[in-house]
Amino acid sequence: MESALSSVGRERRGVDKALHEALRAAERGNRLSTGQALTLLAEADLLDLGHLAHAARFRHNPEPVVTYVVDRNINTTNICLSGCRFCAFYRPPGAEGGYELTREELGRKIDETLALGGTQILMQGGLHPEIGIEATCRTFRFIKEHHPIHIHGLSPPEVVHMAALDGMPLDAALDRLIEAGLGSIPGGGAEILVDRVRGLIAPGKCSAPKWLEVMALAHQKGLNTTATMMFGSLETLPERIEHLARLRELQEQSLSTGRGSFTAFIPWTFQPLNTALAEVTPATAVEYLRMLAVARLFLDNFPHLQASWVTQGAKIAQMALSFGADDLGSTMIEENVVAAAGAHFRLSREEMVRLAGDLGYKACQRDTFYNLV
Amino acid sequence: MAFAASQPKTHHSSVTAIQLLPPLQIPLGLIGDPALRPVADKLAAGRRLDRSDGLALMTSRDLIGLGALANAARQAKNGRQAYYVVNRHLNYSNVCVNRCAFCAFWRSPQDEGAYALSSDEAAVLASEDAGLEISELHIVGSCHPDLPLSYYLELLRAIKAVRPQAALKAFTPVEIDHMARMEGMETRQVLQLLQKAGLVAMPGGGAEIFAPKPRAKLCPRKISGQRWLEICAEAHELGIPTNATMLYGHIETPEDRVEHLFALREQQDLSGGFNAFIPLAFHSQNTVLNELEPTTALDDLRVIASSRLILDNFPHIKAYWVMLGEKLAQVALNFGADDLDGTIIKENITHSAGATTSVGLSEERLRTMIQAAGFKPVRRDCFYHSLEA
Repeated sequence: MESALSSVGRERRGVDKALHEALRAAERGNRLSTGQALTLLAEADLLDLGHLAHAARFRHNPEPVVTYVVDRNINTTNICLSGCRFCAFYRPPGAEGGYELTREELGRKIDETLALGGTQILMQGGLHPEIGIEATCRTFRFIKEHHPIHIHGLSPPEVVHMAALDGMPLDAALDRLIEAGLGSIPGGGAEILVDRVRGLIAPGKCSAPKWLEVMALAHQKGLNTTATMMFGSLETLPERIEHLARLRELQEQSLSTGRGSFTAFIPWTFQPLNTALAEVTPATAVEYLRMLAVARLFLDNFPHLQASWVTQGAKIAQMALSFGADDLGSTMIEENVVAAAGAHFRLSREEMVRLAGDLGYKACQRDTFYNLV
Repeated sequence: MAFAASQPKTHHSSVTAIQLLPPLQIPLGLIGDPALRPVADKLAAGRRLDRSDGLALMTSRDLIGLGALANAARQAKNGRQAYYVVNRHLNYSNVCVNRCAFCAFWRSPQDEGAYALSSDEAAVLASEDAGLEISELHIVGSCHPDLPLSYYLELLRAIKAVRPQAALKAFTPVEIDHMARMEGMETRQVLQLLQKAGLVAMPGGGAEIFAPKPRAKLCPRKISGQRWLEICAEAHELGIPTNATMLYGHIETPEDRVEHLFALREQQDLSGGFNAFIPLAFHSQNTVLNELEPTTALDDLRVIASSRLILDNFPHIKAYWVMLGEKLAQVALNFGADDLDGTIIKENITHSAGATTSVGLSEERLRTMIQAAGFKPVRRDCFYHSLEA
């Protein structure tokens, strides 16, 4: 049967055999090899990618529903030892502009979130020289006692750093955090899960195997987590695919042996303003949509893909809903990190409903675990 | 709508012969919306679309399907080429008697911020960045209550003197009509005088939406759609190519949009001088229509795609990045558009209505956007001749 895709249609009969095979594999819903994913990312027609990713989206999420979560990003501190070159948010210890939220500020932010119908807080900070596992557990217990809400908190680099500060094995550190109230872990700090790239952009952050180890342990202990990818800095296209392959492999393992797993994959583009990598040309919208679509096709064991309106704006976020994404992420009552690097997009709940409805979807609020609220 | 002005077709070097779309090779697997199937069949057979096809396109939610159809037409017209121009905008005055409801740029003569540049001032602005090889100056302003025709002629001469290499793309049909009425002259004669003073092309502004009902609400004092088309026809006959626009995303219906596009297509069949069609997404901030929601990506791309398919006799469809945003303009290259406009340097009109895009883009940035979208950047002049080495 002649494929009806434009890349392999009559007008492009001379199309490369590898591309043809990758497109056919994606069309049939077969598991893609890393080579096929790379071919699609580098060569496939944008509209073919959209068509294929959209079909895959409906295989994973058959209902014409787009979900979103109401939450707030609470950054407990911006004091960070990591010194990542892509970051415009952190302050080194002792530098001007460093802060730590007080308990009162934290409590007030949570109460405001709850008042707005929020179901979780996304709570992250920096690699603070004095805040370890025990101090974090005290904060979690304070929240659970006085301002109860789901804590979608930390990230693998923070867990690794805090465990090292307190001289605690990762396994025990996670047990303590869970006991104190950690409900799930956001997939931040993944950047690109290839140590060559991490050495260039985030030399102070934990290695790729460590990141994966924290997530594997968390899944074993029954925590759900997400996974992110920040692309468009200094990585190559094969390194992006390697990132996806490592996530798919871990997810395979967690789904078969763990009690938790990755709920969603969230790719976004590096925002260079105010960072040490300001000379890097930012990834364009087309590159974002291509990456999103290939991720939807390759990560066949991830239930959800999130659109990144924070880095792409409302218009490309709406397009993402036709390129593989089924979730608009968070309304983000507060966001600090990306804003520090020059992106100031906002998206209200009403706007999400309008954008999804325009494409024929119903927009529904969900909780951390993708249950509809 | 049968108000296309009938003008005998003449052949001037800058007004090229009309070419329609050849039979298109449509990747049918990408068309999800059943309402688009008959449209696809027609396009594959090389038949022109009718108004009901236009409405099917203009109301479809099948983003990928719309893109697949429009991209096939775009490939047939312009291959993998994506054009841009190193240009500059020059707004000579904001004092305007028309006071359109959608506009945040106009001022009354006594208002704070009201201005009209002298020809010397305009020449100074035009000669800024002397090292930059500007190919086109986009010169538009307002319907000023007092300025005589001699002002506009002098303006063109002064700018031409400092930028002899730049094509002067100046004055919308609305301004031409206003000048003629101020002087008690025929528009044709005004066009001839402007042409002698250096005008070589005209922008497509002031078309707004032709349908009388929304037009009466949006811009009651502006010339009618019919008059707008007549003046374009006169320009085309004099060898002055023009562009055409449509302002959408306000109070118009999908039917109004389709009628607008068919009126343009019919006019192009007769006079042949339209180079590019430029859909303009309405920006409401600082206007009396500020309660309107901004257009969505689906709507913007649907208009681009529909116009590429309906306007089968237009050589170019422009994704105007100022109004669409840089990101969506780039994406639009896959949905029928083949031109990103240009560097602009300093855009004033849309930014007074709250556009959050930058006021200008570097040539390097434009080329990067085009290449990253998988197209071949072509720096062009005002007439779409390639300036690539």
